Parts: sequence; C-alpha cells; structure tokens
Amino acid sequence: MMESLFYGASAVALLATVAALTRANAAHALIYLIVSLLAVAVLFFLMGAPFAAALEIVVYAGAIMVLFVFVIMMLNLGEAGNSREREWLAPRKWIVPGILAGILLLELVLAVRHAPASTSGIEVPPKMVGLTLFGPYVLAVEIASMLLLAGLVGAYHIGRRFIVRRDFSRPGDNS
Amino acid sequence: MSELGTITFGLFIIVAAVGGAAVLTWFERRLLGVWQDRYGPNRLGPLGVYQVAADMLKLLTKDDWVPPFADRPVFVFAPTAIVVAMLLGFAVVPFSPDLYLLDINIGLLFFLGMTSLAVYAVLLGGLASNNKYALLGGLRSAAQMVSYEVFMGLSLMGVVMLTGSFSLRAIVEAQRDLWYCIPQFLGLFTFIIAGVAESHRLPFDLPEAEHELTAGFHTEYGGMKFAMFMLGEYLGLILISCMITTLFFGGWLGPWLPPVVWFCLKVFIIICFFILLRAGIPRPRYDQLMTLGWKIMLPLTLFNLLITGAIALWLEG
Repeated sequence: MMESLFYGASAVALLATVAALTRANAAHALIYLIVSLLAVAVLFFLMGAPFAAALEIVVYAGAIMVLFVFVIMMLNLGEAGNSREREWLAPRKWIVPGILAGILLLELVLAVRHAPASTSGIEVPPKMVGLTLFGPYVLAVEIASMLLLAGLVGAYHIGRRFIVRRDFSRPGDNS
Repeated sequence: MSELGTITFGLFIIVAAVGGAAVLTWFERRLLGVWQDRYGPNRLGPLGVYQVAADMLKLLTKDDWVPPFADRPVFVFAPTAIVVAMLLGFAVVPFSPDLYLLDINIGLLFFLGMTSLAVYAVLLGGLASNNKYALLGGLRSAAQMVSYEVFMGLSLMGVVMLTGSFSLRAIVEAQRDLWYCIPQFLGLFTFIIAGVAESHRLPFDLPEAEHELTAGFHTEYGGMKFAMFMLGEYLGLILISCMITTLFFGGWLGPWLPPVVWFCLKVFIIICFFILLRAGIPRPRYDQLMTLGWKIMLPLTLFNLLITGAIALWLEG
C-alpha cells in the first residue's frame, strides 16, 4: 500500500517537473512546479519525515513559490514572453543539456544502486528535528542565519535609494 | 474510529462546513444589520433565513461565463483551489476528545500549510483574469498574505512552546488548567489580526477593495465560480475561528455541556467577533497595512516568543 502511494507520488513529481520545464507560459510552468513540490512533500511524509513534509508545503509551496508568482505578475509578459520562451525551448537547444543531464542521471542511478537502503518506516518527530538542528548541526544553522542576515542587509541596501521621506499629510500622494 | 466511520465523519464535516458557510452569508448580513441599526435580509422565511436558498439559486442559474481573453484552465482552476485547501484544513481540527479526523504530530503545521496554499486561488485568479484590476488585486493579496503569514506562524509558536507539541489534541489537553488566551494574549492578538488578513476579510480586504479596484481579483468572475470564492472565504473564516478556539480558548474544554457543544459555542462567539470587526473597523490604506504587518506585528510576535521562551525555560528550572 505504502509502496504504491510512494511510486504514485514520485510519478506525479516527475511528470509535473517535466511539464514545468517544457511549458512556454511562465504561469503554467510555475503551477506545475508547485504540484511537483507538493508531490515531494507527500514523498517526505511517506518516508517518515512529516515535519520536513510540512515545511516543504509551508516554506516552498506556500511562500517561495508565491514570490515567484508575484514576480511573474509584476512583469506580466503576456504573449511576447510566451513566444520568446517557445523559441528558447526549440528541440535543437535541448541536445547538449539533455546529454549532460542524462550522464548525471546515469551516475545517480548507479550510485543509488550501490548505496545501502535508506531509512524507511521510522518516523522522525518534529522534536527530534529540532534537537538535531541545534545539537550536532548548530554551526550550519548559525551559518545559514548569517547568510540570511547578509541577504537582508543587501536587500536593504538595494532598496535604500527608493526610500524617500513621505509626506502623508496630503491625501492621495503615495509616491 | 473505523475506516467507514472516518469516511462518514469526513463527509459530514465537509457538508457541515459548506452548509455553515452558506448560512453564514445570511447570518453575517443580519448581524451587520443589527450593529448598524438596520434590518438586513429579513423577508424570506423566518428571520429571512431562506435568503440563503434564494442567493444560491441566483448564483447557480447565472451564466457561467469565461472571458475570452482569460487563461481558461487557470481561470477555472483558481476558485476550486481555495475551497479544497480550506476544506483540507478542517481535517486536523479536533471537535471533541474522540471526534476528530486526523491527529498527526504536525497538525498545526498542516493547518498553516493549507492556509498558505489558499493564497494561490487569489493569486492565480487575478493572474488568469488578464484584467488590470484583477492583477492589482492579486498582487496586493500576494504581498499581504506573504507578509502576514510570517508572523501568523510565529504567533503560534508560543502555544507550541508551552505545550511541547504540534498536535492540536495535545494543545487542547494542555489547557485544562488555564486557557492559553491568558498567558499567550500577545499571541492571540497577533494571530487574530493575521487570521483576518489571511482570510482577506474586512477590514483587511484590500485585494478586493471595491472602491478602488472594482472587485479586485474576482472582477471577472461570475456565477458559480464567484460563489466558490465566497464559499472559500467563509470556510476560511470558520476554519480560523476553529483554530482560535482550539489554540487559545481551550477547544472542547468546559463544564456541564458536552464537549462538541462547547466547541461549537466558542467557534460561534468568535465568528460573531469577526463580524463585529467588519462592522466596526474601516479599511486601512495599503501602505498602512504593510507598515502594521512588518513594523508592529512582527516585532510584537518576536517579543512574545522571547518572553515565552524565557518563562518556559525558567519554569523548567
């Protein structure tokens, strides 16, 4: 039962990812990517990592992808964007990336075949994830937080020149 | 519960939630009428309750029109997304000690995930309509929801800290001595505001602000598809009320009456409070909304988290 669910979800993830790559319409591609992320969340859940599954939905599907859609809406390229994308997706341009990705896939399959079977059936509760993160991996957490802080400072610096002193006393002036 | 019992109960929850949302459309207008010193819909049937049926009949018989310039598949898909996400959210709500569908130890995160997926309905609806008002409404809602989601999750972490679990049943059980609305009043305050913003109801209904964006993201929607958006909004309202009851007001806990009755009573009172908010508070400007979210609510939740963490550690010794 679990196994068939697992393969079903993986098939959905693969198909959705392929569709996300080949769609010319950016909005459609993003919807497929969201479906792919949701399928991966199901995979996490089936492999006994419900916390990772929940984070996959909350963070990736729920927040990061929303920002992607947000950018698509801001640009709102329309048909011009679609035709340009279609040109980029011409079959001839798939050859070299396809070969490279194929080699990597082959190596991955060989590596997985020789690797020992991963943990299955053991459920990892959220508490254990927290203990591991702030136990042996505390350095990684700190590095990640510094990286995020650097990103924040960078974003502030880029946005600084747009911050003008606003005068809200006059109605209708929101520039 | 047996397999069949679970399925029946799940179907019952869906019917009850959708029915509740339908009745709520009438109830809200009546209650708003009371608070604004007028009648509201009071003509059809006792107290005007048949108005629900009349509204539904009207919406169902309307022409189900898809604009020719719209992105058809996405346009049709968007309204279903919000209803499905909101209904899935009900799966983790514990109605009484033994009346629940799903008791997983990530229950709270599941709820947060479903509310964050509901954003897509508004976003994609706005994008697929290919209309500038709809697009602006969708953009606004994306910014609003992402901003308010940040501290929506954080405002609940105080509750999780005190309980030590994400399971909603464990959270209710932990409130036997004291409801979390007292030690976590800051969390409750921020969660209510985030909840209103997430279900984009008045006063935070900027994605559909009718005086500036005609109808915002659902400008191009009509008939059944529009009804789906409305259904999703009311389902969201009920779901948020269920969550506030569970997390801060002791869920099914209470003396004398059976647990389910207590739960429904609390949910009902919170829904009335949300309607009062709608009647009492005007809509803020868009930049005020963003300032409120990032400069006031987010620091407030972080402060609450800090204090709660410190006290939890101190109590542990």
